[in-house]
Amino acid sequence: MKKIVVEGLKYRYPLTAELALNDVSFEIEKGEFIGIIGRNLAGKSTLCQALMGLVPHFYKGAYGGSVTVDGLNVAQTEICELARKVGLVFQNPFTQVSGSKMTVYEELAFGLENLGVPRAEMMPRIESAMALLGIERFGKRNPFDLSGGQMQRMAIASVIAMAPDIIVLDEPTSQLDPQGSEEVFQAIQALSRQGMTVIMVEHKMEKIARYSDRVMLLDHGRLVDFDTPERVFSRDDLAQYGIAAPIFARICQGLGIRTPQTGLYPMTLDDAYDQVVNWHE
Amino acid sequence: MNKIEIRNLVFHYTAGEPILNDISLAFDARSTAIIGQNGAGKTTFVKLLKGLLKPVGGDVVINGINTSDATVAALARHIGLVFQNPNDQIFKNKVLDEVMFGPLNIGQSQDEARERADAALAMVGLAGRINDNPYDLSLSERKLISIASIVAMNTEIIIFDEPTIAQDFSGKEHIKAIIRDLVAQGKLVLTIIHDMDFVAETFERTLVFAQGRVLLDGSTREVFAEEEVLRQAHLEPPHVTQLAHRTGLPGTPLTVEEFVREKRAQGAMRPVTP
Repeated sequence: MKKIVVEGLKYRYPLTAELALNDVSFEIEKGEFIGIIGRNLAGKSTLCQALMGLVPHFYKGAYGGSVTVDGLNVAQTEICELARKVGLVFQNPFTQVSGSKMTVYEELAFGLENLGVPRAEMMPRIESAMALLGIERFGKRNPFDLSGGQMQRMAIASVIAMAPDIIVLDEPTSQLDPQGSEEVFQAIQALSRQGMTVIMVEHKMEKIARYSDRVMLLDHGRLVDFDTPERVFSRDDLAQYGIAAPIFARICQGLGIRTPQTGLYPMTLDDAYDQVVNWHE
Repeated sequence: MNKIEIRNLVFHYTAGEPILNDISLAFDARSTAIIGQNGAGKTTFVKLLKGLLKPVGGDVVINGINTSDATVAALARHIGLVFQNPNDQIFKNKVLDEVMFGPLNIGQSQDEARERADAALAMVGLAGRINDNPYDLSLSERKLISIASIVAMNTEIIIFDEPTIAQDFSGKEHIKAIIRDLVAQGKLVLTIIHDMDFVAETFERTLVFAQGRVLLDGSTREVFAEEEVLRQAHLEPPHVTQLAHRTGLPGTPLTVEEFVREKRAQGAMRPVTP
């Protein structure tokens, strides 16, 4: 089932001359885990905002083409309606925190209150989101007394508690330590396997290669490629788009190793191990 | 002389909940990465170096000055800290004013401050933007402004808190070059960071913090060889090193180039089977 259909999307912010998104078209199926990559200013965050309606409803500007989410035309649907379908985890958790709640527990309730979820239903949803992100012990803490990494976990949990069909995450693990980052990726993968559609902007290419079903490569507002991680990261023109392939792919490239069946570079630790351990010059 | 000496440092925010536990360390000229799990005490540690916090026990000595006896203002000529979030650091509405603010405050003359600001902005590649409002630039450019603001103060010690957040590949390469440039000028560069690949490619020495103590301290290569200990500290070795350990490649390679060279050398030594 097509969960998201984008056709010929063009967008320009107010008071700017260049298109932030230029003729972008793609389709995403329910339950897919999509990674979005590209250099800074490629249009990644703008595309995230366009999926949940902040573009164009909040930012205004010039808009062309269409974005359809679960059958709803985004440009013709109010954000409050879209918020029931699409959840956005902000790049900077400080920007996302409501500022009107005194505890982490209440901060997670904020979105649910706005959706009109009954109190009895709120509590189990908040508790399970806190458990999924490993922040149960911070329930009574003030959100602004959390460290950057803890606040980032809270920001993700706040959106997961709202149980959106589609979750859009903009660099959700930038402030987490390596194991914390891995835990968050696994938690999000579990949601994806339960049918939640996941769209994630990320600079950690090794993680994108390992967890995404498909990878979207953006540059200068255009969609350059949208394919499996193996195909996208085996392109020989990645440098031109300011991207370095995952370390494991670069090692295999350096040794001239390709996966025999596909002719593409191995992307993950496990795949690279299989090829490198048997490699002879 | 060591630029920083720490003797039996103890710190807590609330009595009975220790954050740093009897740390003794010396920093020489080697660029040093400080790694550790969220909540391991890394940010608290650098705040103690800056004099923003004072030890509960023990001593922190910066260029011969005990931080317990000095004001933050007096220490600011010796040690600079680039904030994790540039939006917390930048407050002027012109790039040049922002970068000259620190130098003027530590007593540089107008001319010297201007000269150092120009040099620092040239180093980060923003010389052409001196009249812009920092908030008209992108987040990654604001990060570079926040770096230039500290570099212009010409302190002997510069600390970065998570310099690679929100940076793409070329942004990381740029920051790597800036750090190497500062090291070549003889500055002591310390960095709190979660990006192990960046640590492997950039820093000579690495410290692992865990539960308020220094769990490992050595050359970056020695530290990343300790895969088990790193995992206990909720860390992991760089991706290159992980693949080397798995495939049994010796020598703890830290970069793609080192891995490829080691592997080719190993292949060349292998006897040809008939």
